[in-house]
Amino acid sequence: MRPVDEAELAEAVRGANGPLRIVGGGTRGIGRLGVAEVLDVSGLSGITLYEPGALTLVAGAGTPVAEVEAVLAAERQRLAFEVPDLRRLLGRSGASTLGGVVAANASGPRRVQVGACRDALLGVRFVDGAGVVVKNGGRVMKNVTGYDLVKLMAGSQGTLGVLTEVAFKVQAVPEAEATLVSGPVGAAAAVAAMAVALTSPFDVSGAAWDGRVLVRVEGMAGSVAYRAAELAKRLPGFAAVTGADSAALWAGVRDVTAFAGGIGAVWRVAAKPSDAPAVLAALQDMPHRAVMDWGGGLIWLLVEGDGGAEVLRSAVTRLGGHATLIRGDLECPVFHPEPGPVAALTAGLRATFDPRGIFNPGMFGPGMFGKVA
Amino acid sequence: MDMPTPDPAILSRKAAIVARLRAVLPADAVIWDAAELRVYECDALTAYRCPPLAAVLPRTTEEVSAVLRLCHAEGVPVVPRGSGTSLAGGALPTADCVILGVARMNAVIETDYDNRFIRVQSGRTNLSVTGAVEADGFFYAPDPSSQLACAIAGNIAMNSGGAHCLKYGVTTNNLLGVTLVQMDGTVVQVGGPYMDAMGIDLLGVICGSEGQLGVVTEATLRILPKPEGARPVLMAFDANEVAGECVSDIIKAGILPVAIEFMDRPCIEACEAFAKAGYPICEALLIVEVEGSPAEIDEQLARILEIARRHNPVELREAADEDQARRIWLGRKSAFGAMGQINDYMCLDGTIPVSSLPYVLRRIGEMSRAVGLDVANVFHAGDGNMHPLILFDANKPGDLERCESLGADILRLCVEVGGCLTGEHGVGIEKRDLMAVQFTAADMEAQLRVKDVFDPKWLLNPAKVFPLGVTAGRRAA
Repeated sequence: MRPVDEAELAEAVRGANGPLRIVGGGTRGIGRLGVAEVLDVSGLSGITLYEPGALTLVAGAGTPVAEVEAVLAAERQRLAFEVPDLRRLLGRSGASTLGGVVAANASGPRRVQVGACRDALLGVRFVDGAGVVVKNGGRVMKNVTGYDLVKLMAGSQGTLGVLTEVAFKVQAVPEAEATLVSGPVGAAAAVAAMAVALTSPFDVSGAAWDGRVLVRVEGMAGSVAYRAAELAKRLPGFAAVTGADSAALWAGVRDVTAFAGGIGAVWRVAAKPSDAPAVLAALQDMPHRAVMDWGGGLIWLLVEGDGGAEVLRSAVTRLGGHATLIRGDLECPVFHPEPGPVAALTAGLRATFDPRGIFNPGMFGPGMFGKVA
Repeated sequence: MDMPTPDPAILSRKAAIVARLRAVLPADAVIWDAAELRVYECDALTAYRCPPLAAVLPRTTEEVSAVLRLCHAEGVPVVPRGSGTSLAGGALPTADCVILGVARMNAVIETDYDNRFIRVQSGRTNLSVTGAVEADGFFYAPDPSSQLACAIAGNIAMNSGGAHCLKYGVTTNNLLGVTLVQMDGTVVQVGGPYMDAMGIDLLGVICGSEGQLGVVTEATLRILPKPEGARPVLMAFDANEVAGECVSDIIKAGILPVAIEFMDRPCIEACEAFAKAGYPICEALLIVEVEGSPAEIDEQLARILEIARRHNPVELREAADEDQARRIWLGRKSAFGAMGQINDYMCLDGTIPVSSLPYVLRRIGEMSRAVGLDVANVFHAGDGNMHPLILFDANKPGDLERCESLGADILRLCVEVGGCLTGEHGVGIEKRDLMAVQFTAADMEAQLRVKDVFDPKWLLNPAKVFPLGVTAGRRAA
């Protein structure tokens, strides 16, 4: 099914007599879902409002990210949270859509400074499991009117409703950026160096590790030069890279290009930054590679052999955090098992928003295995 | 303001309920004496008052859980209370409710600079969170103007903002995790000192749910390194429209000040009379503050002043030193006090798209003249969060009603231009009956269903946020 507007989509959901798999551009879905009819949202495409002076953009959920980024770039603006493009990592083609980005709460390196996709999301419209259209939030920066279902929808992987329209706060592109790059360094030293940067007053907009530590600042030219110099004093041995060279480094971090084409299971781990070395240590007997973003708060792992599910999950559960299987054919749940009371609330929300259980059934569930569908 | 009729069965069981509360809490943590309960009869929306059945002041998550489990079993409604600074009536009791105050839970549990978080009990005040880390060069960013008194629990309930959220975001953008106690006593850990929710973002919907989904007893908050310095600049214009355009141009130019505050003529005059900050008397004042090293501040202010000059300002005033910076903020910070000096006032906080600023200010002026009540505007212009202050005389019969009616019309206007009823104060009881202006029945039903999941018996702060008619069936169930 490929509805072309919200009313048609609502009609399609009401008329559905079996499970639906909700698809935008098909570029970032994870996990093996059961047999289901595809509900293609790419027909709900187009920017409906863009006010550069108010930093606001509203568009259909099926609008390609590339189209939005081009329109924003013409006004020297952007989506602040740096939409990851995981097509090479996951071996996908297709055009990523805004709705898919929201459903996955897909967020890049700038998260340490400006927050995630969910923090830039101002409003949503969606169709619930009964085929009813619901709106929440709006197009203004500050809104506490009623419950924040905007956050609830972001990252819910299409389990609570089918997004039809999303509103974003956008950001002006700063005039300059610089990245300080270290020499080769281990994970523990990297986390320590990133903490130095992130606890400094120099407004760091990226702190990552790919074998080297990368620390980014952005802003007005004079300010960027000043902050890069101040950070360099605190990070001995780092060299500065600017402009397009800097941007290319961060595109690599954002898209996890280090693992594209690599063999093995790909994990995405959220943990307390200082726990990152312990997470990696848990995998020491297993051939693996690791990169870190968000100062160590986000760990990407490429694990060969049996994929490391058991070892990794138990380490992350012990330390606090969660591990999601992004790619790989493993007999384990894709999402980290939730503690009982949280799982009960999640199940309750899904049952009330989608009483027939037709949206992406199996998503988040214990029976959801990691083969890429 | 309608509130549900108290349940006579609960009122008649007061002694038994109090006895059960005393059995699970220390003696000094249960208040039931009528005179002592007066303290809890209202919050900062003082026009409405009602003493509760009882009040409890637990010290631990376990005690909160015990109280909630007991009230759940007894079918007694519970109204959570932080410091009672809600302007929306979020902590207003009903006669048959137990007030659960978290004020005694104010400890810092853990401070971790390398991982940039602090974990506190939720009764801790907003300013004292920053107080716990500022000697080490950190701060907690959300800064509601009641920050000296307001509790983190209330900040989370209302998703509070503040003057500096243009750059740093509001509570929800700075909250990493909570310990939440559900109405049936279940203790849930949501999130923690790491980014990203596990699965569905429960934290996102808990924040801003006005104490209707659970009682937050502990919170993990993001802390940030303090900037090297900050400096404000004052800009005076001879028309609201021009000041509005200037705001838009600053934003479009890609400069991100930490604050852009706007005051209109009635507000400037009142503040000047009260605080004598030396403001130019004009139609519209902007206070723009930027952060960084002295050189970075110079770089940003030069750009901002260049933009401002294109709009023919009446005056541009840079702060040359700390004292001048303080004087620039003095009037703005005393705005509410100044208004309170002259009159009773009602403070609204609808948000509008920044582009609608001139139109909305003009319409508010027309509406104010038609009703015959003065309105002064002081607000966070960078994010469109208005704060119209409607002046009235509480002792004059009919004035409060006229004020409320004008307030409702102003909020309808905010929604009409694409905005919302409340940007940071919350709905509470104050804007409850206007929810239908912004939301369809289906929009509200989706929200009610979230409460059904967290609190199926609808006992937590049940008479708030949604029109009573909309929730009647659920509350009775």
